[in-house]
Amino acid sequence: MSTSHESHHAPVDGAGGPSTTGHEWDGIQELNNPLPRWWLWTFYATIIWAFGYWVAYPAWPLVSNYTSGVLGWNSRSAVVEQISDLQKLRAASSAKLANVPLEDIEKNPELLSLARAEGKVAFADNCAPCHGAGGGGAKGFPNLNDDDWLWGGTLAQIQQTITHGIRSGDDEGHQGNMLAFGSILSKADISNVADYVRSLSGAAPGDTPAAKKGAEIFAANCATCHGENGKGNQELGSKNLTDGIWLYGGDKATIVQTITNGRGGVMPAWGPRLSPTTIKALTVYVHTLGGGQ
Amino acid sequence: MTSAALKPEKSPKAPAVPDEEPLYAARRAIYPQSVHGRLRTTKWVLLILTLGIYYLLPFVRWDRGPNAPDQAVLIDFPTRRFYFFFIEIWPQEFYYVAGLLILAALILFLMNAVAGRVWCGYLCPQTVWTDLFLTVERWIEGDRREHMKSDAGPWTLEKVTKKVLKHSVWLLIAWWTGGAWVLYFADAPTLVKELVTFQGSTVAYASIAVLTFTTYTLAGHMREQVCTYMCPWPRIQAALTDEYALNVTYRYDRGEPRGSVKKAALAREAGRKAGDCVDCNQCVNVCPTGVDIREGMQLACIQCGLCIDACNNIMDKINRPRGLIAYESEANLEARIAGKPPVRRIVRARTVLYAALIAFIGLGMLYTLVGRSDEGIAAIHDRNPVFVRLSDGSLRNAYTIRLINKKLEDRRFQLSVDGLPGAQLSVVGVESGTDGEVISIGPDQTREVRVLVTHQGKLASGASIPVTFRIRDMVTGATASTADHFIGP
Repeated sequence: MSTSHESHHAPVDGAGGPSTTGHEWDGIQELNNPLPRWWLWTFYATIIWAFGYWVAYPAWPLVSNYTSGVLGWNSRSAVVEQISDLQKLRAASSAKLANVPLEDIEKNPELLSLARAEGKVAFADNCAPCHGAGGGGAKGFPNLNDDDWLWGGTLAQIQQTITHGIRSGDDEGHQGNMLAFGSILSKADISNVADYVRSLSGAAPGDTPAAKKGAEIFAANCATCHGENGKGNQELGSKNLTDGIWLYGGDKATIVQTITNGRGGVMPAWGPRLSPTTIKALTVYVHTLGGGQ
Repeated sequence: MTSAALKPEKSPKAPAVPDEEPLYAARRAIYPQSVHGRLRTTKWVLLILTLGIYYLLPFVRWDRGPNAPDQAVLIDFPTRRFYFFFIEIWPQEFYYVAGLLILAALILFLMNAVAGRVWCGYLCPQTVWTDLFLTVERWIEGDRREHMKSDAGPWTLEKVTKKVLKHSVWLLIAWWTGGAWVLYFADAPTLVKELVTFQGSTVAYASIAVLTFTTYTLAGHMREQVCTYMCPWPRIQAALTDEYALNVTYRYDRGEPRGSVKKAALAREAGRKAGDCVDCNQCVNVCPTGVDIREGMQLACIQCGLCIDACNNIMDKINRPRGLIAYESEANLEARIAGKPPVRRIVRARTVLYAALIAFIGLGMLYTLVGRSDEGIAAIHDRNPVFVRLSDGSLRNAYTIRLINKKLEDRRFQLSVDGLPGAQLSVVGVESGTDGEVISIGPDQTREVRVLVTHQGKLASGASIPVTFRIRDMVTGATASTADHFIGP
């Protein structure tokens, strides 16, 4: 190539190299390396794809609605479909759980892990807000890991409690309240009973005059439900006062408050909300947290 | 162009006539000519070796005894196992795969430090399959000249027949490539039987379809464009190379000035310098990516060395020494031009470092692989609640413990806890017998159990006592242990 011929060509980078675009900044020239044409066509294809997408799927917001797309797809129906797929997938394992008696599930390692896995998820969804993520409980909400049960810790008792609840309005649910003694007993009497109750679990000395007075008041007013020796009664959901485990707190002020105003925590009935299989799984899960009897 | 020529000359400072060059360029058809030579033979050997391994490996059997697949290489997704001859990788041992990837990267770096992009030229799947597809193309449509002539000419029945035949063979190869891929994920003979009787899974058919399409497109149609536009390796390689790396290089000091054999002979007689390059363009014609190696190192060059073979053949014919194009380092080229002794430095900081790292990681992996046990235990302490006070005043901690049995037979393990004298251990769902808590696990399986540890005595406030969970095989006595803590209020 002669120089005169080259003069009306774009400048070239070195011998035989690609031409430059002619743009120059501080002596740096931009090479003109054309993109491959298929690249351009790929770009056009994505644009066409975008138009197709607008038509096929929900895409554009309108004043009070949105374009729904000719495919009729929406995320809500997609979720419904996925859940039904999941249920189909789980049908076999759910059937296994449903057909085996509650007492036999824990004897079978496969069923046990199945029930615990399902129970864990159901617990997190439904029970954790009150009982805590690991069933550790909170003030007024029993710790499900220990061996202290208000209404009983056998599989059947746990299943009954979950299904029908406590003071839930369900006819078969557990009833029974801790009465408010504020209008029945004097403040001094309540204080004495509180001292006695604390002595039952060894939290306070039992040989003080106050505790001795409290023992008499206890026998007259509290023993009906809590038993003469304060061991409680699971039929009534009355608490065992001799162990060191407290639902609302074991300090004197809290006990005085409990005696004065009474207690009556509510657990909802889960029978109407959860499937029998799920309740079964939940029962096994709670039972195997460690306190199961 | 003509109108531009009539305009007055522009100053060199503003030379812009950029619109003459297109922004987008259609692909320039490349018709690489066949070539014979040492490097071509090497490529043939590697092609047969690598493709042979790829296509046939799934059919190699490896007896692992009962309860285990007998396929030598198997990626078993349903049971989450990876089998490689005598090695069985569990999901939690995925670090071996990570290690292999790191090794692969380092080996690539080492290859690059020693001899440039040899990976690209000889072993890269894109190169190997493109080479195979080119061979089919040459076999059906003829070598460079014949093929070019046919493509430029009118559509005849013969041309159509050849094109149809070529694409059919390509699709067949592509289909078999996809087919071989899925065989790595299931028992190969069974899957083949299922596939031909249309009993195979949708995933298998879809995978084959996708891989057929990509193989056909990438090796048949995209070819060098994958290397030039899509592959990141040329860019990375450019950042990793140095002046001692061997690259396919045109020795311009020997080749220039170019000229015909006659002109060169005349020039030499007259005592003038004459290059060995006779401008025969053979190096360009044989190049599968269509570059001219005489322009120096460039991005599109995959360094397959076919131009070396082509040039050597010409040099032999014109009785000039071979190696006008050769694997040559920048440093050696410069040394030769400066009249200094040749430079060959394969042992240098980066190659030593790469080799040391490869050896270190490789030996480390080997060491852990050899020292692997057939049983394992892992524990997670309950976080919420961390501990529980029982009605009798004792303290209890709960753990989720997973036991691993890598042997291909049922095993029974005795579980015990050390570090907390007097503590009682119980496993949910397991009856306590005379041997204590004995947990059975099926072959090649894991089992998760909930373990409760109860302590009667008093603990210091805020106690966190180190404990060790231990399992012991009831038959062989093999043990495994894991450390955790017993926590008090």
